[in-house]
Amino acid sequence: MDSRFLTALEVVIGVPAVLVIYIWGTERVIGILGERWKRRIRPWLWLLPAIGFLGFFLVYPTIQTIIRSFQGRNELHPRWVGLANYKWFFTSSSALGALLNNVLWIVCLTFFTVGLGLLIAVLVDRVRYESVAKSIIFLPLAISMVAASVIWKFMYDYKPPGTPQTGTLNGLLQVVRAGPVAWLQTPTWRLATFALIAVGVWMWTGFAMVIISAALKGIDPQLLEAARVDGANEWQVFWRVTFPMLGPTLAVVATTIIITALKTFDIVYTLTNGNYDTEVIANLMIKEMFVFGDFGRASAVAVVLLLAIVPIMAFNIRRFKAQEAVR
Amino acid sequence: MMRRILRPVVVAAGDRTPSSGAAVLAPPAPIRVALRPRRSLRSRRARLLLHCAVSLIMVVWIVPTIGLLVSSFRPSSELSRSGWWTALAPPFHFTMSNYENVLSQQGMGRAFVNSLFIAIPATVIPLFVAAFAAYAFSWMEFPGRDLLFVVVVGLLVVPLQTTLIPILKIFADWGLTGKFLAVWLAHTGYGLPFAVYLLRNFIGSLPRSVFESAFIDGASHVTAFFRLAVPMSVPAFAALAIFQFLFVWNDLLVALIYIGLSNSQNLPMTAAIANLVNSLGGGWYLLSAAAFLSMALPLVVFFALQRYFVRGIVGGAVKG
Repeated sequence: MDSRFLTALEVVIGVPAVLVIYIWGTERVIGILGERWKRRIRPWLWLLPAIGFLGFFLVYPTIQTIIRSFQGRNELHPRWVGLANYKWFFTSSSALGALLNNVLWIVCLTFFTVGLGLLIAVLVDRVRYESVAKSIIFLPLAISMVAASVIWKFMYDYKPPGTPQTGTLNGLLQVVRAGPVAWLQTPTWRLATFALIAVGVWMWTGFAMVIISAALKGIDPQLLEAARVDGANEWQVFWRVTFPMLGPTLAVVATTIIITALKTFDIVYTLTNGNYDTEVIANLMIKEMFVFGDFGRASAVAVVLLLAIVPIMAFNIRRFKAQEAVR
Repeated sequence: MMRRILRPVVVAAGDRTPSSGAAVLAPPAPIRVALRPRRSLRSRRARLLLHCAVSLIMVVWIVPTIGLLVSSFRPSSELSRSGWWTALAPPFHFTMSNYENVLSQQGMGRAFVNSLFIAIPATVIPLFVAAFAAYAFSWMEFPGRDLLFVVVVGLLVVPLQTTLIPILKIFADWGLTGKFLAVWLAHTGYGLPFAVYLLRNFIGSLPRSVFESAFIDGASHVTAFFRLAVPMSVPAFAALAIFQFLFVWNDLLVALIYIGLSNSQNLPMTAAIANLVNSLGGGWYLLSAAAFLSMALPLVVFFALQRYFVRGIVGGAVKG
């Protein structure tokens, strides 16, 4: 305990100190060079720590994973197997089921978080207790997905019919003499997957709402008033003026949510671990890695995930460049 | 009457401060006031419907959390026999034994301390590394600057999963797996793209004239960084620190991979709870208390620093 505390203290004070000394020291060292060389070298010295971390933790391992995905499962001396791992992915029913679930996650999570986020942002803009309402909706975002999963384990709890229900949802159903429903254990119609997506919606709607709300407050009220003076009703004002102006913001929120949906792991891992047809790509990868010990297949799954994200990455970069052009 | 009309305007103005971009666009207050009577002219039924809808949404969002909170104080014998809502009516049976149990026997106290040990250094290191890089991207000229920054923006979305296997192998070779140092380094790497992006957006949008006059007066980049850029960017640093802290505190995957497999003594709360869920299906009384313990710190951070938190989200996603 004590030694760990000391190490942590050393790191918290030591690392910033080393970085500051590094910057200060290199400034001294390049001081002997001419002004032209100083100006050329200095930016790279300032960037070096960041580039080092990014290269080591993101660029290099991504390339390694892509290479590894063409090799077999044996960890010490992997053999080249060509596209076998990808062939497995696109023919095995469990992997394709995971892919389908991720598509469900993307479509439903994006639709509901952005839709609800927009609706709530518009509604709370008109009430006096706006900040309280926003805090409540936003709160799940601050807690871990693991804690959220435990919270929803209590919501979805299922007891056999005839016994008192302890889960909130089945308790409600009991009031209207319906149910009980085994929310997380029913693969039919992918009910369990939808139940997991609902947890995601509960967590991420606050994120969409906060950003949309900020954009909403940025719209010039004179514009809305002008539309009203011209005889537009509230409905028309929203769909013809407010909504188009929110367009770029909604796109940004949607892309972030899509990436979240693609990477979904914690909720599935904690609540069902992929059982009852709830498997997703990220959880499948961890299973291939540690349950089946097949690093080749696990790498291939990770590369599929990466490929799915590339279009979003391209969109992000294009949007960023457009923004830079405005600056 | 006047006060009743004015109050929502004040709330709205307070909410606007988080995003500096929106503040510029903020309408002059009188216009807002002029709008209000028009709204209140709308039928009383519509207002009632609005309040019902907002209240319903609030209830739906808060009930799951309240359910967990109430459950965590109920005796274990009653948890499996009746729903948490029955505890809200007399006779009241509340107990602290779940918390005592989970802290002493299940090693949650240790996991809580582990989470702190992991989260604090993993917040401090990327902050400093990113600050220097963000300054270089903002106020230094060099060939390939824009291209390099675009690469950083691209790295923002690279899934952690694609990096796990090679890094795990390297960490295993170096004997780092299971040690805190492994997660500190990993979280620094994974958090950097967002940190550099957010800080460069903020530092890059500071007034150019301030920096130019400093350079004319003979200030070096080191001076400009410590005397101008850092003090002027405190809100951005605060937002980023909260973000990174919550991200690391709430992380499961990184801890599970780099620590979990070799040293369960060093696991943070999230991973310990996930293990608890998998190992004891019926241990509800422990689960509820453990989950609430893990939420306590993020909730405190959230309520104390909500404004910075929101600013970080809005600034990172929209302002650009």
